[in-house]
Amino acid sequence: MSASGFAADKVAAGPADATTGYKSFKLGKFDFSRDEYFVTIKWPAKGETRSHVLPADAFLRALMRDVAWGFFYGWVNFDHVFGTQNHYGKVDVYAGSFNGVLKEAGVDYKEQFETPVIMATFKAMLHDWTNEGFDPFAAPAETGTAFGCKHGSNGAAIERTRIATRRMPGLQDDSPLRDDLPVNRAFADVPQDEPVVNVEPGFEGQLHAFNLFKYLSRSDVTWNPSVTSVCRASLFCPTTEEYILPVFHGNDRVEWFVQMSDEIVWDVADKNTGAPRARVTMRPGDVAAMPADIRHQGYSTKRSMLLVWENVTPDLPKRYARGELKPYPVEF
Amino acid sequence: MAETQTYRTKFGSLSDYRKGSVEIISGSPKHYVFSNLFEVASKSKPYEKVVVGKNLEYVIEAIRAEGASPWMTCAHDEFAVCMDGEVRIDFVKLDTSPPARDGTQPVAGEPKGRKMGNVTLKRGHQALLPAGSAYRFTANKTGVLMQQTVLGEMSVQKWSDICFK
Repeated sequence: MSASGFAADKVAAGPADATTGYKSFKLGKFDFSRDEYFVTIKWPAKGETRSHVLPADAFLRALMRDVAWGFFYGWVNFDHVFGTQNHYGKVDVYAGSFNGVLKEAGVDYKEQFETPVIMATFKAMLHDWTNEGFDPFAAPAETGTAFGCKHGSNGAAIERTRIATRRMPGLQDDSPLRDDLPVNRAFADVPQDEPVVNVEPGFEGQLHAFNLFKYLSRSDVTWNPSVTSVCRASLFCPTTEEYILPVFHGNDRVEWFVQMSDEIVWDVADKNTGAPRARVTMRPGDVAAMPADIRHQGYSTKRSMLLVWENVTPDLPKRYARGELKPYPVEF
Repeated sequence: MAETQTYRTKFGSLSDYRKGSVEIISGSPKHYVFSNLFEVASKSKPYEKVVVGKNLEYVIEAIRAEGASPWMTCAHDEFAVCMDGEVRIDFVKLDTSPPARDGTQPVAGEPKGRKMGNVTLKRGHQALLPAGSAYRFTANKTGVLMQQTVLGEMSVQKWSDICFK
């Protein structure tokens, strides 16, 4: 995920600003710049230049997820105006297109890019705009400030990648467990014992178990799912959550949540307009679906464990988009 | 400030759970298919595989672990997470592979094959239930399992009984 990676030659970056030290970037007809506190995005609409401003810390946290998740499943709304939609090979960048008011006013704009081009541009932005001491993956209480003029960088924090698991962590030739990471301060009371596994001769490597809660207690990031079991196209992707999900995730398929510890409150809104639809409070043991026609953003005061359950069956987004599948997973 | 604060992680159990809520602005609570694993298990028969999540053919089942389960098998990998209590799983490598069907299948009588070993799970532990093996759960004290599998002949769906409406 280096700034000089694939398609880096396609990145349109301006010179560093003489005052702040930050570069500005162009992506198609979008302009991106940042100063001590804010990121400003500009785009053309109705023959004028329109603009939108986000706090730099919130923008970088959202940008970090978008890059690390490879633009994820569906829509990644940085806020109520700006975001990306993944077409799996191409990505739309939009401003106002999924905001009911801006869309109706005709001041929205959307442009599609080949994934390598947007990925290289977003990575270059992350590298230039993330200062030393600020980790966009960390909870606010665990990291330094994103604000101020450019001072240093934090390549190590932003070059984490999503861990790929083929079957289950800890199996031979599969993703590693997290025994080498420290227990997070908010999970100091989580038992660290391991399951007892007795294997008869001849079946070594065929039985496997691990302490999932221990594994999660050692996560060094927030709002960043990792796969821990693979049942064909059914993926368990647990994650640890603290503060606010930095994006309003718009679903292109049904997604499910199982709350494993503590509490998360979800704001649910219409996927296309952003109009509020529900507030869902999840406590330990709660199971809830996020339908295919909504966007959601979560809030977790105490760091919590959330199981995100995804179905990665190919072509699901198209089947939902053309109405072949209903947005709600169960009728009763 | 963060370093000096003491946190208490809240997990659920059969004896201590508090279901969340859905505050509707538009639409129906049914859209969120909202249930609670512990509440479902508290009202289930032992080892009844109650579907609490369904994503096309894939399911999550809530299972009340109590005493010994019947032997079961599956043609594909499944996974079990212990959410409450302590559960032992015994495994047998079947001499004959199970039929290539979706989901958990019952094994008639005692499984025919070689013993593979056993796994004992406590709360938060996850086990692989490998394709082609027979397995049996045993819980001396009532507990709760969450199973990741595919909808099958042993899956029980009773959404109206378990979800907000």
